[in-house]
Amino acid sequence: MTLSGFSFARWWGVVLKEFLQLRRDRVTFAMIVGIPIVQLALFGFAINSDPRHLPTAVISADHSEFTRSLVAAMQNSSYFDITETLPDEQAGRDALARGRVQFVLNIPADFTRRLLRGERPAVLLEADATDPQATGMALSTVSQLVSSVAQKDLRGPLAPLAGGEPPFEIRVHRLYNPEGITQYNIVPGLMGVILTMTLVMMTGLAMTRERERGTMENLLSTPVRPVEVMSGKIVPYIVIGLIQASIILLAARWVFGVPFVGSVIAIYLAALLFIAANLTVGIAMSSLAKNQLQAMQMTMFYFLPNILLSGFMFPFAGMPQWAQWIASVLPLTYFNRLIRGIVLKGNGWLDLWPDIWPLAVFTLVVMTMAVRFYRRTLD
Amino acid sequence: MSDALAIDVHGLNKRFGDKQVVDDLSLQVRRGEIFGFLGPNGSGKTTSIRLMCGLLTPDSGGGTCLGYDIVRESAQIKRRVGYMTQRFSYWEDLTIRENLDFVARLYEMPDRRRVVDAALERLGLATRAKQLTGSLSGGWKQRLALTACMLHQPQLLLLDEPTAGVDPNARRDFWEELHRLAADGISVLVSTHYMDEAERCHKLAYIAYGKLLVQGTGEQVIAEQRLTTYAVHSEGLSELSTALRGQPGVEQTVVFGSVLHVTGTDAALLAATLERLASRPGLRVERIDTGLEDVFIHLMKRSTDNYAGGRS
Ligand SMILES: Nc1ncnc2c1ncn2[C@@H]1O[C@H](COP(=O)(O)OP(=O)(O)OP(=O)(O)O)[C@@H](O)[C@H]1O
Ligand SMILES: [Mg+2]
Repeated sequence: MTLSGFSFARWWGVVLKEFLQLRRDRVTFAMIVGIPIVQLALFGFAINSDPRHLPTAVISADHSEFTRSLVAAMQNSSYFDITETLPDEQAGRDALARGRVQFVLNIPADFTRRLLRGERPAVLLEADATDPQATGMALSTVSQLVSSVAQKDLRGPLAPLAGGEPPFEIRVHRLYNPEGITQYNIVPGLMGVILTMTLVMMTGLAMTRERERGTMENLLSTPVRPVEVMSGKIVPYIVIGLIQASIILLAARWVFGVPFVGSVIAIYLAALLFIAANLTVGIAMSSLAKNQLQAMQMTMFYFLPNILLSGFMFPFAGMPQWAQWIASVLPLTYFNRLIRGIVLKGNGWLDLWPDIWPLAVFTLVVMTMAVRFYRRTLD
Repeated sequence: MSDALAIDVHGLNKRFGDKQVVDDLSLQVRRGEIFGFLGPNGSGKTTSIRLMCGLLTPDSGGGTCLGYDIVRESAQIKRRVGYMTQRFSYWEDLTIRENLDFVARLYEMPDRRRVVDAALERLGLATRAKQLTGSLSGGWKQRLALTACMLHQPQLLLLDEPTAGVDPNARRDFWEELHRLAADGISVLVSTHYMDEAERCHKLAYIAYGKLLVQGTGEQVIAEQRLTTYAVHSEGLSELSTALRGQPGVEQTVVFGSVLHVTGTDAALLAATLERLASRPGLRVERIDTGLEDVFIHLMKRSTDNYAGGRS
């Protein structure tokens, strides 16, 4: 019913009309450029937090009392949650790249033997340092772990090993953002936040504006179909979203000096999908809201969980389970992973896929709902 | 049979909250007919028109518009009907040409540019085509809206107070155009508060408090009410009007410029009262044909009484 009889001519008419109206709307235009700049300036500073229970994988080639004790101590510190055991280093790298785990602990095969010989062996702790806040506190507890393990397990004849210098070392390897610069993480994350805020708000007003100005009655009395109006109305905002994305990417590169590891095409494709997801949310809210004020309130209601739970403000892994559940239906959660994955980790398509399809599904579902919500009469 | 009817609706009802806005409305408009829709403010004219073109869903009742069901086939109706809203509903932040162009696109009109150019020419706004619509005066907005709703050459026009705020010249042109269209077989339902416009309609309907009170040609409507009217020529008409109110047989007194119309249903009683009055010096009384306006004022008063009576 909604798709049959789609008229390209009518749809194009709506698109042109929206572009013309947008061009004459100075305030909106100022917002498009202004909001990214203001937000970038504001969020240049980090937001502190102390996340715990970060998922950690263990690759252990040496199973002894000491290695078990070390793993147990990590778990007890409450910063690390040992979630899986992996066979080799490659598996560890994959888990980090996809964001399944935050840390990989790699214990070499001859660790216990060398420890007992007093050779001060090392274990390797690889950290996904994309978000320095997520790993910072956890990593700072690592040195304490060593001494507590030493004191507990190196007793009796082994006691001499415990005294003086630490008997072994945990070598930390920060991947993706080795210097732990917060901006590297915040700035790509900001892209999703800014796109969410401006796009949902602007399209949120799109239908209610017609209703409040009385032009909806006119639109409803013409043969134009809901799907033509809605999809036609979002086209100009796709362009706006891409402009904003470009502003942020330029600032990330040249103002904040974020290194771009991944492909720019991948960034734009991810952004395009994310923009579409947000626009459908906006247009759905717009059909639901009775007036512009309600549309604004709905935007805020949508915006808050997005900014708080998506992993932008607080590391995703550090949130309680229920918050993660909520976050897993928010597009920003997936986009944050995508954009950080591409920009900082250089992830390829295979790594990105798990975060791409949820966005596509989200967009389709919400667009269908939006067309449902569209009021075909004035009742 | 239904082919001859452009609008054929029966028993339409619509409530908003606990307010019955349209009450059991049945209405037939023939093809090629100009049908005037009258009634006081808030009587449900706009609501009725919206029901007929599928912009509102009736609570009960139904019917057809150009042969299409008003509830189920509103998509077909929209394609063939030109609806002019009471409140200006074109885009004020688009230029005049952009508005017309947009409308033409929505109706998928071939040869769009020529159609829009011709419309601008007819409207006399060709030189101001690039002006923002929001900056037009009220009357010009109205004329633009009229042109725009006729752009796709609809078979039925639903016009909600199309000439409110339009100057007499433009109004005359507009009514001439309407009669030309009607002669070509296009049907028109037009709501208005102007008596001169009511007189130009082929048929009239008067609605008050959502109820259709009378329907028919002007003469039928007048004849049906069986009213007797006298015209009183005198000085100090407003005092006279007050004095006459409540006298036997006098049901309504209305001042029209220098003439006072005195109307009532009981011809004999009214005649007696006015005979007594006629003896006063400087005063001339004559019996005249009851006009549409007298009838409508009468209907409005009666329906108010009915409404109040029905409520208590
Ligand atoms: N959407 C609505 N919700 C609630 N009440 C409504 C709505 N639309 C109209 N009404 C009420 O219905 C009644 C009839 O309104 P309508 O606009 O149909 O009158 P009208 O005859 O067109 O009046 P006017 O001559 O002033 O244009 C009014 O009392 C109005 O308040
Ligand atoms: Mg009205």
